[in-house]
Amino acid sequence: MVALTPRRFIAPSAVLWLLLGAAYFLIPLIATLIFSLRSNQTGACCTLENYGTIIHDPQFLKTIKTSFILSLETIFVTLVLLVPTVYWVHLKLPRLRPVIGFMALVPFVIPPIILVVGLLDVYKGTPTWFYAEPYGFLVGAYVILAFPYMYFSLDSGFRAIDVHTLTEASQSLGARWTTTLWRVILPNIKSAALAGAFLTLAIVMGEFTIASLAVFDTFPIYIQYINQNKAYPAASVTLLAFAITWAAMLALLAAGRGRAPAAQGAR
Amino acid sequence: MAGVRLQALHRRFGDVVALDGIELDIASGEFVSFLGPSGCGKTTALRLIAGFDRPTSGRVFVGDKDITDVAPNKRDIGMVFQAYSLFPNMTAVRNVEFGLRVRRQGRGDRRSRALELLELVGLGHAADRYPHQLSGGMQQRVALARALAIEPRLLLLDEPLSALDAKVRVQLREEIRRIQTRLGITTIYVTHDQEEALSISDRVAVLSQGQIEQIGTPAEIYGAPATPFVAEFVGTMNRIESTVADPDAGHVDYDGSSLAVDAARGRQRGERVLVLVRPETVQVEAAASSENGLTGEVVSQTFLGSVTRLRVLAGPTEWTADLSAERAAALPIGAQVSLHFPPSSAKLLTLEGGAAEGLEAAAADSVE
Repeated sequence: MVALTPRRFIAPSAVLWLLLGAAYFLIPLIATLIFSLRSNQTGACCTLENYGTIIHDPQFLKTIKTSFILSLETIFVTLVLLVPTVYWVHLKLPRLRPVIGFMALVPFVIPPIILVVGLLDVYKGTPTWFYAEPYGFLVGAYVILAFPYMYFSLDSGFRAIDVHTLTEASQSLGARWTTTLWRVILPNIKSAALAGAFLTLAIVMGEFTIASLAVFDTFPIYIQYINQNKAYPAASVTLLAFAITWAAMLALLAAGRGRAPAAQGAR
Repeated sequence: MAGVRLQALHRRFGDVVALDGIELDIASGEFVSFLGPSGCGKTTALRLIAGFDRPTSGRVFVGDKDITDVAPNKRDIGMVFQAYSLFPNMTAVRNVEFGLRVRRQGRGDRRSRALELLELVGLGHAADRYPHQLSGGMQQRVALARALAIEPRLLLLDEPLSALDAKVRVQLREEIRRIQTRLGITTIYVTHDQEEALSISDRVAVLSQGQIEQIGTPAEIYGAPATPFVAEFVGTMNRIESTVADPDAGHVDYDGSSLAVDAARGRQRGERVLVLVRPETVQVEAAASSENGLTGEVVSQTFLGSVTRLRVLAGPTEWTADLSAERAAALPIGAQVSLHFPPSSAKLLTLEGGAAEGLEAAAADSVE
């Protein structure tokens, strides 16, 4: 009879590993939290004044807004570029899949410092609104950085559905390509697109090298500036960044799940 | 509804010839099956009609209209696929509505039409379920309702039952036929399952190597196969290589014995022929020779439910005979038996060059 009752207890060794894992992530966070609660003047615990300093710093709001808009723009551009591309490759040009997979590895291989030098040169002569603005230049660079993450997410999403049959079924019912993509394909790769969007958001919210070398004021640049100048508020800005990034991901998740139920069981 | 005409349809994939000049006329409201083994071109033909593929040459007509160059979404052809093709993000009723939605039909109209069709396929109660909450058979019913919702001029079914278990298959194929008859919709059904094709079609087209071997009613296909391939592919058939011995009396020579075959009358004396005998017409009795008969030995017995299939080695060929279970029980393996068939039941095909295509095994037997 024992075998019939479901196992309710987790093995002790599993608990140990779970605790170790949790400690690995949580101890630095807790340490940072405690540190952030010390007074910047006296070093005494516990006060929220560091958080006040940061939140009331106009630079904080400005840079976090910039980074957030950059993330959304990057997500939008990568999705618009990659969803139809990956769809078409899966449907009509499956032989190109390894080629694109290889191209998607290139951003991993090329260090950002080389990328930014190259891009500064390539983009030279483009209009000021593009070259001198983060929403132009940086998005150009971030789309390249996000390419592998978005591509591999979408690729696995497309592999999980029967692209051919769904497309043909939709067409035989009278739908055009755009209708098929929008109403049939997109809703069924939504979780894959969301996964790609999360990764892109996390990358853009934390990208330092390119922004710094191209001299744009983004959130990571701000964090670095505070780190160098104010020890205690630096800890609070780190925690705030952490919380904000998580909140943004949850918001994306909620937005993505909002309309139709996710395609569980989609083959 | 409209008829369909396929005119000299060719399709090549590189060096591979998938369709080699298909000519076919299907009357309005007719139910025609494409039957053949995998790779015979039946699915290719269906995809050309649906518009998912273009012929290398030849034309496709629906009614009087040449649709060869019309995009698939402009053809008004309903299709049910082999793979489960329901949109996973939509409920059953929204799947059925999809084609009407694309056609910008009003919300109320399309909803009531969709529910009506779900009712027709017996799934009125499952309208709000998602595909992953439906069994395979239910999914294919919804797919059928979805294909019918757009009131297509033509319905195409591409092995829609092949992923289902045996019982559901039989049930669903009868239902498909019932709905087709009721709506009077011209239907093309692709299958590799001969029983399926024979049981629901008005006419069956047997395909092999990109060509139509024979087209006819199920009774014609089964009872009078026009080529050795059809004889071999449709049903089980004893294929007996022999020589016409007496064209006047209708006798052939098989391994030194004379067999009466009505169809041998009027043939050339000495002509090499293939005698085709269905297993259900072969009679087997314990020893003692009979008139139109042979003697042999029971090699194996297979219980098939309604009948027991006996393999009897008589002459160079292993004969297949279907007997009732009680009669088979009296004829154990190793028993010496006599074997005969009514002279009128056997069909005859001319063997060219000693052996017909696809029948090398039979030819090899006779060499011994």
